[in-house]
Amino acid sequence: MSEKEVKNIRTEGTRSLEEIFEQRIARDEKIEPKDWMPEKYRQTHIRQISQHAHSEIVGMLPEGNWITRAPSLRRKVALLAKVQDEAGHGLYLYSACETLGISRDELYEQLHTGKAKYSSIFNYPTITWADIGAIGWLVDGAAIINQVPLCSTSYGPYARAMVRVCKEESFHQRQGYEIMTKLANGTSEQKEMAQDALNRWWWPSLMMLGPTDAESVHTEQSMKWKLKRKTNDELRQQFIDQTVPQADLIGLTIPDPDLKWNEETGHYDFGEIDWDEFWQVVKGHGPCNKERLSARVNAWEEGEWVRDAAMAYAKKQEDKKLKKAI
Amino acid sequence: MKNNWPLWEVFVRSKNGLEHRHFGSLHAADAEMALENARDVYTRRNEGVSIWVVESKHITASNPENSGELFEPAQDKVYRHPTFYTLPDEVKHM
Repeated sequence: MSEKEVKNIRTEGTRSLEEIFEQRIARDEKIEPKDWMPEKYRQTHIRQISQHAHSEIVGMLPEGNWITRAPSLRRKVALLAKVQDEAGHGLYLYSACETLGISRDELYEQLHTGKAKYSSIFNYPTITWADIGAIGWLVDGAAIINQVPLCSTSYGPYARAMVRVCKEESFHQRQGYEIMTKLANGTSEQKEMAQDALNRWWWPSLMMLGPTDAESVHTEQSMKWKLKRKTNDELRQQFIDQTVPQADLIGLTIPDPDLKWNEETGHYDFGEIDWDEFWQVVKGHGPCNKERLSARVNAWEEGEWVRDAAMAYAKKQEDKKLKKAI
Repeated sequence: MKNNWPLWEVFVRSKNGLEHRHFGSLHAADAEMALENARDVYTRRNEGVSIWVVESKHITASNPENSGELFEPAQDKVYRHPTFYTLPDEVKHM
């Protein structure tokens, strides 16, 4: 056989593998780690799952800022548990991502060098206690809307991790809304503080659901692989429709003069999102990008001796056991 | 990239009477730490009463490419199922 003939067979072979693969996804079959998958599927999943994991880990920083200053023991234990959950979610997702053949170290490396992204919402500062309420209510609210459809995504380990994440996430949103409710019903200063936090977090939360469908480069392929089950604009509309009545209920005002109920569509119309701001933050020019990344890098580098010591200890114990056996 | 903590697979029994089920994986320096981390990562809400951890490298997994020769032989053995056998209509419970 000539080299060309061999090549032809190979392309045919690959195509049919790919066709079989696409059919499996169309039938709603799950793909598991050792199954054949197109390289692009693997890469896209590594990108999205790791980005998701990094977001959970970096997401601990803005909230961790308030653990020591939580206004009561009730608030402190809740916030601690929430931040611990986020660490857990990051770990579920990292281990799901590792099943695609990338190591934990490579994943950290990508985060620390800025090659991998995390959700840009965490580059905003938490300047008052009300920000903790706003994050739980809005940021976790938007995250839930994003994540629920992922429970039925095509990649098995990712879908299973998402089921656990979603189960745990609803307490996060409730604790945030409870904080906001309490502040909104408090003194005028407290209410002002709640309104101020809503003013600052509202637009970034809308941006968090991703660029508009027209601008989103990954949507089409991701929908096909069920890595995405609804478009960014659909998710955003769902978030707005669900959140506006919650703000009304506690007497806070959504900072959007163009926001109004549209009887015809059955949805809220809303004002223009400042996408320049979004891209600025994504590109690293948000208020806290540098601070967040350097906090992660420091934690990793300063923890190195601990990781080494644990390995040295484990090896020593192992050697001791061996010696005893001889 | 030195001294990396190895990967462990975590299995949790959610309550007595049920089998241990694979929950996920994590990194730890040794078995004891793997158990402690598994407790924190996978059972923060009473999800378990017992945990197994095993270093991932000790698991031998079948290859999906060999699924044909492994599992297809079972497909044509319908006589292994009760529905293969005909019974008189009068027999109600068997």
